[in-house]
Amino acid sequence: MWLTRPLQERSTQIFLGVLFGALVIVSALHLFMPQDSALYVSSYTVTLLGKYLCYALLAVAVDLVWGYLGILSLGHGAFFALGGYAMGMYLMRQIGDRGVYGDPVLPDFMVFLNWQELPWYWAGFDMAWFAFIMVLLAPGILALVFGFLAFRSRVTGVYLSIITQALTFALMLAFFRNEMGFGGNNGLTDFKDILGFDLRTDATRLGLFLATGIALAIGYVICRGIVTSKLGRVSVACRDAEARTRFIGYRVERVQLFVFVVSAMLAGVAGALYVPQVGIINPSEFSPLFSIEVVVWVALGGRATLYGAVIGALLVNYAKTVFTGIMPDAWLFALGGLFVLVTVFLPKGIAGLMSRRSKKDDTDTPAAQEATA
Amino acid sequence: MSIFQELTNRDQVFEFLAPVQSPVDVRHGPILYMEDVSVSFDGFKAINNLNLTIDDGELRCIIGPNGAGKTTMMDIITGKTRPDTGSVWFGSRHNLLTMNEPDIATLGIGRKFQKPTVFEALTVFENLELAMATDKRIFPTLTATMKPEYRERIEEVLEMIGLKDLRNAPAGILSHGQKQWLEIGMLLMQKPRLLLVDEPVAGMTEQEMERTAELLTSLAGKQSVVVVEHDMGFVRSIARKVTVLHQGSVLAEGSMDQVSNDPEVVKVYLGEEA
Repeated sequence: MWLTRPLQERSTQIFLGVLFGALVIVSALHLFMPQDSALYVSSYTVTLLGKYLCYALLAVAVDLVWGYLGILSLGHGAFFALGGYAMGMYLMRQIGDRGVYGDPVLPDFMVFLNWQELPWYWAGFDMAWFAFIMVLLAPGILALVFGFLAFRSRVTGVYLSIITQALTFALMLAFFRNEMGFGGNNGLTDFKDILGFDLRTDATRLGLFLATGIALAIGYVICRGIVTSKLGRVSVACRDAEARTRFIGYRVERVQLFVFVVSAMLAGVAGALYVPQVGIINPSEFSPLFSIEVVVWVALGGRATLYGAVIGALLVNYAKTVFTGIMPDAWLFALGGLFVLVTVFLPKGIAGLMSRRSKKDDTDTPAAQEATA
Repeated sequence: MSIFQELTNRDQVFEFLAPVQSPVDVRHGPILYMEDVSVSFDGFKAINNLNLTIDDGELRCIIGPNGAGKTTMMDIITGKTRPDTGSVWFGSRHNLLTMNEPDIATLGIGRKFQKPTVFEALTVFENLELAMATDKRIFPTLTATMKPEYRERIEEVLEMIGLKDLRNAPAGILSHGQKQWLEIGMLLMQKPRLLLVDEPVAGMTEQEMERTAELLTSLAGKQSVVVVEHDMGFVRSIARKVTVLHQGSVLAEGSMDQVSNDPEVVKVYLGEEA
């Protein structure tokens, strides 16, 4: 089975071990340490870490298409935000009549705009299962349509990157409009509870943090499953020699489309878990700048390793939190400087440092292992 | 119920939906048949009324000066370029002009590029694995496992191309000649009926050239092989039948001795070399 294959792999076992270990330690420190202890992890920190894990999942999704398929997507923020909006719509409907205006059906911003009834595309979002399916479907369908058109026309390289950038920018402008029915500029916020759990309680926050950790683990295993399968090797083939791949009989555009859609769905899940933890989703998540930042995380962590993307996302975002606390204006310079330093001194990113030691482990791909067995 | 079944069985209603799997029909001899093919790029006639027939199991060399249209001809056969006029048939059943590159590849035409193109990040073994003639759709590829008979086939080809000891080496570290062989090996994995080989010995040493000649001649008979080559010594060593292309059409055809004594050929091609 392609999904269970990564579980027999040493690097995946280590990754999952570290991830679950961290989840357990953070939960234990949060639950059992006295509040005045130096080791106590506050609810604020738990949510912050949860946010980082969402970013890590997004980075893994970007690394899947960039590292293994050679498609530099500068618009993955769009899929992240769409997943986030799907979740946000559900959370809005959960508010019910507890909003400022007390309307049992309409969210506050619709009442404010004098809307009489819910737009058709809001239908069904009061049901959790429907919203959760839409978290996958909305980014998935966008990726499917976009990818179908782009890959069929054999748009690749820089041109594709520019189009993805344009896609997310166009969506940002669209979502800024009040008439779109997604809260315009302000987005969706003021959430009360999820699946009946109050979002403001520590227990729910810890639950969301753990759910994000598990989602990251599942997403990682799915990506790892794809890249260690024959399809993953075909992806690498498409990345390195597209014409050759076509001449040995693979439909390059379908391989690209499949991997791109999977990646978009993972980004959507990341966005959906992000929204209840930060408490708001607005069009700024569509901002091209954000999508580019994600690519920087992956580049810093190490492209085409998956775990590198996780490390990059965690490190850069931690640095961002620290830096913006100390010197808010200097952050972009620090990020730029970091990017330049890593590109010059660590062309394979931070993961490149680690894989020097475990190089043997990396080159022993399944096919090679089977070949020698 | 029967109506429903008929509705779901669209393959049989619309012929064009049926997957191209019917065997190549070579009962009439030729495996490749090009007639009156012309293609021009911005007014330049790269191929001009080309007529070419390759018999099943034949080893054919195609020579010609630069710009004679050799590579364009291969592009047309493999579906990369569409000709302006003419017809191209594979066997007597498959019209190649209606098919795309992966379909043509699956049907059994393998192509080796002028510049060796292998997947450098993958190992030699994986390169061959990907080229193997199997179901190349997405989900079968995702769930594919390495079966013993596949491994046997790969080992067989590794033996044939002399890269057995390098099976776990990334293809990127191979020498130029080894990459050429690996690429030929990848073509063999596809189990093609027709191999199109573009300049297989460019940049090879003498010994490598000899080995390549052996490899290609050993393939003829089982497969049809079309070799495009500049190196006259190499062509002389393998060719039974040579076609000379000039300005997009066939100038002469025959044994190496015949064409090298043809005054026209001497004028346009060999004259410059000798």
